[in-house]
Amino acid sequence: MSEQTDMPMGDLMVKAEQVCKNFGHVEVLKGIDLQVRQGEVMCVVGPSGSGKSTFLRCINHLEKIDAGRLWVDGHLVGYRQRGDKLYELREKEVAAQRRDIGMVFQRFNLFPHMTALQNVMEAPILVKGESRDAAKARAEQLMERVGLSDRMGNYPSQLSGGQQQRVAIARALAMQPKLMLFDEPTSALDPELVGEVLDVMRDLAREGMTMVVVTHEMGFAREVGDSLVFMDGGVVVEQGVPREVLANPQHARTQAFLSKVL
Amino acid sequence: MSVGETEPRPAAVKAVPVRHPGRWVAGVAVAVLAAMLINNLVTNEAYNWAEQLKYLFSPAVLGGVRNTIWLTVAAMVGGVVLGIMLALMRLSANPLLRGAAWLYIWVFRGTPLFTQLLIWGNIGALFPTLGLGIPFGPEFVTAQTNALYSAAAAAALGLIFNEAAYMAEIVRGGIQSVDEGQQEAASALGLTRPQTLRRIILPQAMRVIAPPTGNEAISMLKNTALVAAIPYLELTFTVQNIYSHTYQIIPMLVMACLWYLFLSSIMMIGQHYLERYYGKGYSR
Repeated sequence: MSEQTDMPMGDLMVKAEQVCKNFGHVEVLKGIDLQVRQGEVMCVVGPSGSGKSTFLRCINHLEKIDAGRLWVDGHLVGYRQRGDKLYELREKEVAAQRRDIGMVFQRFNLFPHMTALQNVMEAPILVKGESRDAAKARAEQLMERVGLSDRMGNYPSQLSGGQQQRVAIARALAMQPKLMLFDEPTSALDPELVGEVLDVMRDLAREGMTMVVVTHEMGFAREVGDSLVFMDGGVVVEQGVPREVLANPQHARTQAFLSKVL
Repeated sequence: MSVGETEPRPAAVKAVPVRHPGRWVAGVAVAVLAAMLINNLVTNEAYNWAEQLKYLFSPAVLGGVRNTIWLTVAAMVGGVVLGIMLALMRLSANPLLRGAAWLYIWVFRGTPLFTQLLIWGNIGALFPTLGLGIPFGPEFVTAQTNALYSAAAAAALGLIFNEAAYMAEIVRGGIQSVDEGQQEAASALGLTRPQTLRRIILPQAMRVIAPPTGNEAISMLKNTALVAAIPYLELTFTVQNIYSHTYQIIPMLVMACLWYLFLSSIMMIGQHYLERYYGKGYSR
C-alpha cells in the first residue's frame, strides 16, 4: 500500500491548495492557494468575515476543510492519503500534529485556574511527558523572554490584557513549535498595550520563527512581514511584499479596504 | 479663576436624615417574637431537656449518627462519580448514550426518593437472583439477592442512584459554563480530549459545580432520614425506636434536630473552603 501522506515541499512550511470551507450554506473559504516558506512571516489582512481567521484555524485543524488540500511541514493536515483515498486521522494523531503548531488567540484563552507559569508548563508536561523540573526551567526562561519574569505566580485575572497575551505566546512557544499562528493577537487589547505584544512578536520573527499573522496592524505588517495577503469574501484578492501592496494596491477591493484602515 | 489658586473647601453637607419608622416597627415585632420563643424553650416542660441530655451521647444515638454520616458521605461520593459519568454521556456525540442518560435522569428525578427507597428495600422481589454471565445467554455465577444484599447496601444504593440524577445536571451545567476558547486553546497545544477534560475543563467547571454540590450534600444529610423506608437504622429511625418505648416523642425529635444542625454546620464550613479552593484565579 503506498502512503502519500507526506509530500516533499522543499522549504515550504505551509502549502494550501484550493482550500474551501463552508459553515452550513455559507461559503467562508472559496479555494485558497497559499504557500508559506520556512522562516517567513506572512501577514493576512482583510475585512471581518473575509475568512482570514477561518483559514488560520484550518491550518491546525481546529476547522475541518471541505475541499482542497492543506499541508504543514510536508504532512497533510488532519488526513492520511493512501492511493487516492483519504482517511481521517484519529483524534490522537491530530493532537500530535498540533504539537508543532503554536496558536495565539484574540481572546488569549489562558487557563484561568492556573498561574501564568503553570499555564506555560502544562502542555510540555502533559503532551510531551517532560519532567516538572525541565518544564519549569524552560517556562521560566520563556516568561523572562516575554518580559514577565516578575509575574510568574500571578493568575491571568491579575494580569493586564497585554501581559496575558504575552503569557499566551510563551505558552505556545513552550511546545517548541515549527510554526506559529496568530489570530488577531492585539485586537482585544487597549491601544497602549498593543506595542508590548508586537515587540515580542517582532523578536520572534527576528529569530527566524515561521509565522502566519492575521492582523489589523498595518505598521507591523509593513515592518515585520515578509509577505502580505489581502483576503476578501473567502478568496485571496492580492498578495505580495507588504511595502508594495500597502503603498500601491492593484485591486479595487484592496484599495478600498486600505483607504479605510491606513 | 486660574488653576493652582487655593479655594477654601466648601462647607460639608448637613441635612436631617430620612426617618424609617417601618424599620423600628419590624424590629420590635421580631424582638417580641424572639422573646416568646426563648421563653417557650425555657419554660415549656415538654422539651424535657434533661431527657435529651440523657440520650444525646447514648450508644444507640451515636450509632444512628454514625450511620447517617457514612450514608451521607457514600451517597455524595457515589452520586458525584455516577453523576459525572451521566453528564459526560449527556454531552456525548453518541445519540444512544445521550438518550440513555436522559432516560436515567427522567426516571430518577421524576419519582419520589421515598418511593424509590421502598423499591430498593424490596428489590429481592424484583430480582430474586443476581448472576454474572452473557446477556440473554448462560450465567456463570448466580446468587440469591437477599444473601448478597443488606439494608445498608439498599440504603446507600437508593441514595446514590437518586443523587446521581441531580448531580448529572449540576455537572453538565458546570461543564457547559466553561468558555469554548478553553477547549480550543487546549486542542491547539496538542492535549487530547481526556487530558483537556481532566486538567482544563473539569477544574474550571468545579467553580460552578461546587456551590450547588454543597447544597446537595446538606440536603442529603437530611434525606438520609428517608431510608427508614427500607428500613435502615440511621439517626431519625433510632430516635423513633427510643421514643416508641419512652414516649418522650418531642424531646427525642428535637434532639435529633440538634444533631442534624451540628452536622450541617460542619458541612457549611467545609463548603466554604471548597468554594474558595475552586474559585482560585477568579478573585484578587
